[in-house]
Amino acid sequence: MTLIVEGLTIDHGAIRAINNVSFKVPQGQLAAIIGANGAGKTTLLRTLSGLKKSKAGSATWDGHSILDKRTEDLARSGIVHVSDGKSVIAELSVKENLALPGIWRKDKKDVAMATTEVIEMFPILGQRLSQSAGSLSGGERQMLAIGRALIARPKLLLLDEPSLGLAPLIVEQIFLIIKSLVTKKDLTVVLVEQNAMGALKIADEGIVLNLGSVVAVDSANKLLNDPAVRAAYLGF
Amino acid sequence: MNQFITAVLTSLSTGAIYALMSISLVLVWRSTRVINFAQAAQAVLTTYIGYEVITRSGSFWLGLIVAVIAGGIIGAGIDRLFMRQIFKRASSGPIAMIAPVVATTALLGVIYSLIGFIWGISYKTIEAPVSTNGLSIFGSVVAFSPFNLLVIITVTLSMIVLTILFQKTNIGLALRASAHAPEISRLSGVKVDAVRTLGWAIAGGAGSLAGMLYIPGSYLYPNSMAVLLVFGFIAAVIGGLDSLFGAVAGAMVLGFAINFSASYISYKLVFPTAFVILILVLLIKPNGIFSSSKGRRD
Amino acid sequence: MSKTITAKKRLLAFLLLGWVLLIFSDRVGELTQYRGAFVATYALAIASIILLTGYSGQLSLGHSALMAVGAYAGALTINNLKLHPIIGLFAAALVAGVFGLVFGYAAARLSGPYLAGTTLALAISLPTIANQFPILGGEQGLLFDVGAPPARLGEEFSQYQWFFWISSLSALIMIWLLANLLNSRYGREFRALRDNPIAAQLAGINTGLQKAMAFGLSAGIAGLSGGLLVMLISGVSPSAFPLSLSFLLLAGAVITGVYGLGGVMIGGVILVAIPEIAESVAIALGGSEGFTISLPDFIVGSLVILTVLFTPYGIGGTLHKKKHNKH
Repeated sequence: MTLIVEGLTIDHGAIRAINNVSFKVPQGQLAAIIGANGAGKTTLLRTLSGLKKSKAGSATWDGHSILDKRTEDLARSGIVHVSDGKSVIAELSVKENLALPGIWRKDKKDVAMATTEVIEMFPILGQRLSQSAGSLSGGERQMLAIGRALIARPKLLLLDEPSLGLAPLIVEQIFLIIKSLVTKKDLTVVLVEQNAMGALKIADEGIVLNLGSVVAVDSANKLLNDPAVRAAYLGF
Repeated sequence: MNQFITAVLTSLSTGAIYALMSISLVLVWRSTRVINFAQAAQAVLTTYIGYEVITRSGSFWLGLIVAVIAGGIIGAGIDRLFMRQIFKRASSGPIAMIAPVVATTALLGVIYSLIGFIWGISYKTIEAPVSTNGLSIFGSVVAFSPFNLLVIITVTLSMIVLTILFQKTNIGLALRASAHAPEISRLSGVKVDAVRTLGWAIAGGAGSLAGMLYIPGSYLYPNSMAVLLVFGFIAAVIGGLDSLFGAVAGAMVLGFAINFSASYISYKLVFPTAFVILILVLLIKPNGIFSSSKGRRD
Repeated sequence: MSKTITAKKRLLAFLLLGWVLLIFSDRVGELTQYRGAFVATYALAIASIILLTGYSGQLSLGHSALMAVGAYAGALTINNLKLHPIIGLFAAALVAGVFGLVFGYAAARLSGPYLAGTTLALAISLPTIANQFPILGGEQGLLFDVGAPPARLGEEFSQYQWFFWISSLSALIMIWLLANLLNSRYGREFRALRDNPIAAQLAGINTGLQKAMAFGLSAGIAGLSGGLLVMLISGVSPSAFPLSLSFLLLAGAVITGVYGLGGVMIGGVILVAIPEIAESVAIALGGSEGFTISLPDFIVGSLVILTVLFTPYGIGGTLHKKKHNKH
């Protein structure tokens, strides 16, 4: 199962947010999409998860088109998007947030197992199960959002800026966990990040977006050592 | 003392019916962000359907059950067929802000007129299954009847059922999640649109139950539930439109205030009392007494 | 520069319209004059809703109550203070306006549904208050008599034509003033309130005060139309201003096009014409009593739904757009 994006073009009102973007992410790989604010990264992800309509081009997963489909249908077929802003439902408890995929997942035994795995991965969630999600710190919310996504047993995980607004120590923690997901679970991950360094360090592939267009696609290692990329996005 | 007890009991009874209407409005507000003024018409329509069933079968309870089921079906139908169109066509453009409210208001008028076409405007009555005469307590007659008691019991049972549904089941979780954060719910795989329709169905059923409990002892005609709608709405606003608990609490507050002022001061004060309570609440806590000031996030 | 030209154009257009109406009133029969007076009255009431909802973005379901306030104020001024009927109409507008200003200020913090609910409660409670105070005449209400037309207009000049003159003239003047206001800086501030209240606040507009002023102004216009309405039925009573009138006005505003004053006259015509058309249709179809009475509501409700679905700009708005697209 591969994610193949070809010639994808997306408009945001009158603005062309994504212009003729193409890239491939083979199964089991972690692709990092980096770029400055406004480069269109979030718009790209939202289109891949059905929250936004595309204008032209194609995006397929396992040979099937995933464009202009209903978000919840995509989620149920294994494409899970963790949107930016620590997307948890503040009014529900931690336990209830984690229970959301269990509403529709048929294999209840596996749901229970997945929940246990998630709590092992993020012990702090286990301590706060009955608290409202709104009372969690930023890092804890991010863990909750990722945990919830994992209980849905995704095949393709789309992460939008998981490090945003988090302390460096927590960011490291989260990046390590994301990396472990790919190596252990044979999951395909697309990681959108402004924290280019951190993202490229854990990624296999890197895609650099600028103002809606792809300016570079290469292995993450090569991008880390590319002087142009370093100057523009890595700060040195 | 007699007067006090009577006032308390009748407050509970009227408050209970307002609570059903209030819950109905809050359910739709939370899931769809619109005040469904047509709910009154839906309730009247299903009460007429209940009337037909009762006339043919002689059973109040059968009529009640049919009315509630009809209310659920009609509520779901309005969401899927009508509101969906409204939102699709009028979600941007000049009228986007007020279109849904205006649409439900217009639907109210259309359903009322359809009722007038089919059943005419003459008054009909529905017999209560138990007596609507005052009970005799300790030798004196109290303005609280077995039917009032039945109302309280029925509504309490419904509340318990609804609470269990919302708090303890997966469907309830889906309803609450979709109402608080539809986008996150979609991303988590919840079929938000289907859930919303379910919310409208439950709201329709609640409204129908309110209607069937409201009419015995009174008259049924197309416009007979205007007061119920208004008081249900005021109760919802008092309680805070975002909270089901608030809907019930607001209805109780309203029921008590109205009955006590009517009983102790004057019957003429019913509407002014409601208005004053509303104003007080809105001045002190504009979002309602029981709402968290959060509102929807995405 | 272009603003003065448009303002002049507008003034000319209104003067021309006034002239046409005056001539028109001479040529038609009394029934049409009477109906025409209603059209003008409803047009004015619809204009007040357009100001409040279309321009400042506040939804009110209680304009029937505001009309009632104006009507009672006018009646009291004429009967108890023994002042000239024209002053009575002024009083109607003024009292309703002040009431609306105070109400609007208190309600300024309320958002959409809460404001709608409060105005709804207002619409329901106000008429019943009229029953409490004997000075307001209870169920039967008060007389509202503007008197016979002045002698110098001649013997041919009927009472109905006099009604027509008063209501059309009042409506014309008020709508002209309103149109000028809405095209000025104040109009833009109102629209800022509607479209983006937070941005408006940041731009230094005192949103609470603006909302209150919009409400007060709208109430004043509604109060005047209330006074005109009871002039036409020669008396004010609680039953003249039921809740359904509020809904009817809102419907008229939406069908006309809630964002521009252009079509208010059309709206007025529609509100007057529908009950008449409905009656003819019902009689032609030989329907039952229930059918006849319910048909107007059915037509109005359906028209609103059709408008929302297919012509959101309303009749007036769509014509306006077409006119502009031609350029």
